[in-house]
Amino acid sequence: MASLDDLKKRIASVKSTQKITKAMKMVAAAKLRRAQESAEKGRPYSEKMNNVILNLSNGISDKENAPKLLSGTGQEKTHLCVVMTSDRGLCGGFNSNIIKKAKSYFAKILDEGKELKIITVGSKGNDQLKRVYGDKIIENISFKESKNANYFDADKVGKMVIEKFEAGEFDVCTIFYNQFKNVITQIPQAQQIIPLNNEAEENSSEESYEFEPDEDEILSNLLPKNISTQIFKAMLENSASEQGSRMSAMDNATRNAGEMVDKLTIEYNRSRQAAITKELIEIISGAESL
Amino acid sequence: MSEEFKVEIVNPEKSFLVKDDVSEVVVPAFEGEMGILKDHISIISFLKPGIIKILSKSGDENYYVEDGIVEFKNNNLSILTSTIFNLADMDKSKQQGLLKQAEEEANKTDINDQSKYLADQKVEVLKTLN
Repeated sequence: MASLDDLKKRIASVKSTQKITKAMKMVAAAKLRRAQESAEKGRPYSEKMNNVILNLSNGISDKENAPKLLSGTGQEKTHLCVVMTSDRGLCGGFNSNIIKKAKSYFAKILDEGKELKIITVGSKGNDQLKRVYGDKIIENISFKESKNANYFDADKVGKMVIEKFEAGEFDVCTIFYNQFKNVITQIPQAQQIIPLNNEAEENSSEESYEFEPDEDEILSNLLPKNISTQIFKAMLENSASEQGSRMSAMDNATRNAGEMVDKLTIEYNRSRQAAITKELIEIISGAESL
Repeated sequence: MSEEFKVEIVNPEKSFLVKDDVSEVVVPAFEGEMGILKDHISIISFLKPGIIKILSKSGDENYYVEDGIVEFKNNNLSILTSTIFNLADMDKSKQQGLLKQAEEEANKTDINDQSKYLADQKVEVLKTLN
């Protein structure tokens, strides 16, 4: 059995860990509120953008000459996967959930004999993926310097993706991120952004629009913007998810530390009592033998 | 009958401006300035660098935009843009900063004609603000 002194030290150390996790939980809670707010504020933009594109693609007359970003290159040989993770750890299953989702997708693609290219956003994803898929990672981006997700960063990623698409480096692009549902639940998502998945809501509006300049030109200008917008949306969802996940992970850690302190305290009290009893017995039996 | 309609400007970060007592909006559309009044036909167009003028009873407002998309439908005008500044908040230093950035962009040699044209537009518009 551990000595009284050891137990005392352990209790002190668990308590200080608890203090740290508690502080982290509180910080995450404050950040979560902000991240959630900006995720909500960002929604109208991407929704409107989607609407406009939907209206446009419904209105387009000849589908065969539609921009490649919309209709794809006509083949599915090379897949590009953009895996978006956080730059910091200690956020529960946040990163590993995305990685798990991404890995199962990678396995599927490789099984089908297709080529795979990976872009990682966020250093944690890169750390976990480079062990197995190191040779597949073509780019690693991290925005450690920027405090909050901002459109400028998303635009950079978007532009890079488009550049590679135009250079014919891949046919299909999918982004992986965590969708924020609530503090406890974040759903890892795989969203295909090139070619655009038209989940045909044909009924959206029968109204005809006037276009200036013509549809094709608007579409070819709009689609690259939409890529950045989708990536930005993913970044916002991700940062809200990260904070939510961290908050619940730290909450759990704080609770576990509390339980551990309780257990150790009981053990400490018991062994202290045992030592006292032992001493008493020794004294009494010593007195009796006289 | 009122002659007013609703305008909404959103940028990626947030809903920038919502106004529902607007009588006229002038936007710098790609093929020239375009004034939009109530009951305009449904239209989608995109913007080049310029000034958005919003005229309403509560006063006129001017915004500088660098790009964006306008959609008008059922007397709802939505403007999606990634860069927008209220001219009322624009001071000299900010304007000079933007101007410098735009000039640098315009002087690049490795850009294509369209981005060159857009950058030139930016410079032009920003200069007129003086």
